[in-house]
Amino acid sequence: MNDLWNQIDLFWTWLTASSQWHGGDGIPHRLLQHLYYSGVSLLFAAVIGLALGLLVGHTGRGGFLAISVANVARAIPTFGLVLFVVVIEYSITPVLVALVALAVPPILVNTFEGVRGVDADAKDAARGMGMTGWGVLWHAELPMALPLILLGLRTSAIQVVATATIAAYPGFGGLGRYIIDGLARGDYQLVVGGTVLVVLLALVVQLAFAGLRRLVVSPGLLGSARSS
Amino acid sequence: MITFEGVTKRYPGGTVALDDVSLECPTGRITVFVGTSGGGKTTALRTINRMVEPTSGRVLIDGEDVREKRPAELRRGIGYVIQHAGLFPHRTIEDNIATVPYLLGWNKKKARERALELMERVGLDRTMAKRYPFQLSGGQQQRVGVARALAADPPVMLMDEPFSAVDPVVRAELQDEFLRLQDELHKTIVFVTHDIDEAIKLGDKIAVFQTGGKLVQVDSPEDLLAHPADDFVAGFIGQNRGIRTLSFATTSGLRLSDDAVRPGSAAAADAAGLDWVLVVDDERRPLGWTRPAGVEGTLAEARLDPVGATFRVGADSVRVALDAAVLSPAGLAVGVDGDGAVVGTAAGTDLLAVPTHGSSGPEDDG
Repeated sequence: MNDLWNQIDLFWTWLTASSQWHGGDGIPHRLLQHLYYSGVSLLFAAVIGLALGLLVGHTGRGGFLAISVANVARAIPTFGLVLFVVVIEYSITPVLVALVALAVPPILVNTFEGVRGVDADAKDAARGMGMTGWGVLWHAELPMALPLILLGLRTSAIQVVATATIAAYPGFGGLGRYIIDGLARGDYQLVVGGTVLVVLLALVVQLAFAGLRRLVVSPGLLGSARSS
Repeated sequence: MITFEGVTKRYPGGTVALDDVSLECPTGRITVFVGTSGGGKTTALRTINRMVEPTSGRVLIDGEDVREKRPAELRRGIGYVIQHAGLFPHRTIEDNIATVPYLLGWNKKKARERALELMERVGLDRTMAKRYPFQLSGGQQQRVGVARALAADPPVMLMDEPFSAVDPVVRAELQDEFLRLQDELHKTIVFVTHDIDEAIKLGDKIAVFQTGGKLVQVDSPEDLLAHPADDFVAGFIGQNRGIRTLSFATTSGLRLSDDAVRPGSAAAADAAGLDWVLVVDDERRPLGWTRPAGVEGTLAEARLDPVGATFRVGADSVRVALDAAVLSPAGLAVGVDGDGAVVGTAAGTDLLAVPTHGSSGPEDDG
């Protein structure tokens, strides 16, 4: 207990030091960098994961292949990928590619499972009433799969926010900067400060998705036994 | 009219789901496809709205080949009801019902007004409009399913086992209301069921399918029961074929006896020779049965056994009357008029003497 209190105290004095809030190494700047890397990666991953997941789920073709590739991709260590690609080209792009690779599988798998799991009778009725293929996807499958799709996006978002710290390794800043510098200098306070900020950011993401879910998912789906 | 012309559906594996089916489903009538599972009845229904494309042959609606329209356009003009309703869980009841109007580009206000109107038509309270499907019982969901199919007022309705997934009491209720609705709307309906009782109750015309997609008999319910085409149909109709035939015999020509009917004010001694007496009130409404032997004073003082079931003369079938006779303690069926006043009684044996086949009873008196 005493230990935890010390940690909090350490973090608090670090956070409230006025030097943290100005300049290139200040928290606002690092936070923006971090959000930028995370946001861009998530955006790309969402486009890829949603498009593939909807396509495969809707047509029912290639599901096994897509899911297998996604699961294999999950096993690739992100850190290794960053180091490997940075050797080839020194820029922020390899970092973003690694984050996208990390974020696509949960989005893809959840979107696919969500669409595939849509009640067969509802799909049959949608088609039988005269919805086109796109109509069925847009008016039936997508809204009914939304709880699972959001779960996938949230999982990816939290992973990306936590993992974007690796951008600091090749020297592109972000909140990971504090952790890496702290470790290099043996500055324990810096390590704790950076870590706590990342954890807080992940919590904010979690809350944002909870809010989004209430906003966009139909109460007709939330009320039933469907969980996520 | 929906016409099947030599429709065959063969799947790539070699399975034949429909084998050279030719059939007419008359306009404004209910045609029931019935048969064993795997008999192709659902496949046949689905060729009408192109959910299944035949390998050969054609399906015509009012003389026009269904393939002349794009599937989506064709389907918007045909009502579609399926077994578990298949409602959209993410849409409110009114928006579920308004599905086809939305697809047809109606504005939201008009589509929702139509939805509310249909909710009343199918016996749902308007207050349910903003609820979601999971908040409704199975029977209510199926009513929504029917309302949804009716939303754009299509002349043709396809119903694939719509009442099979609800309990028997609710099913009977839904069937009765469906017939009442059809009396008002006169849609051309194709109805699939595996339940021969449902087929006989609802069908103006029944088509029996056998495993392998063969159409073995198309007839009115009366003729199907009286003259099954072969052993398969006879077996499918089942053991109670004779009793079911009585469903089509009318009680209007029945000779009823007034002998055992007495007002409560009559003296018991007057009826001393009778085994049972039906005691009625001043408006001849039945009060109950009693044995007059041993009763002192008037019949009003006697202990009465309940009347049990009665039948409405002319409106109910002989099957209902026979049921009433079996349930009556006296073995006599009590016939009443529209006001519930006793017309007379008939014994079970009298009921069986009624000619059952070729009788000119009203066809859809249900």
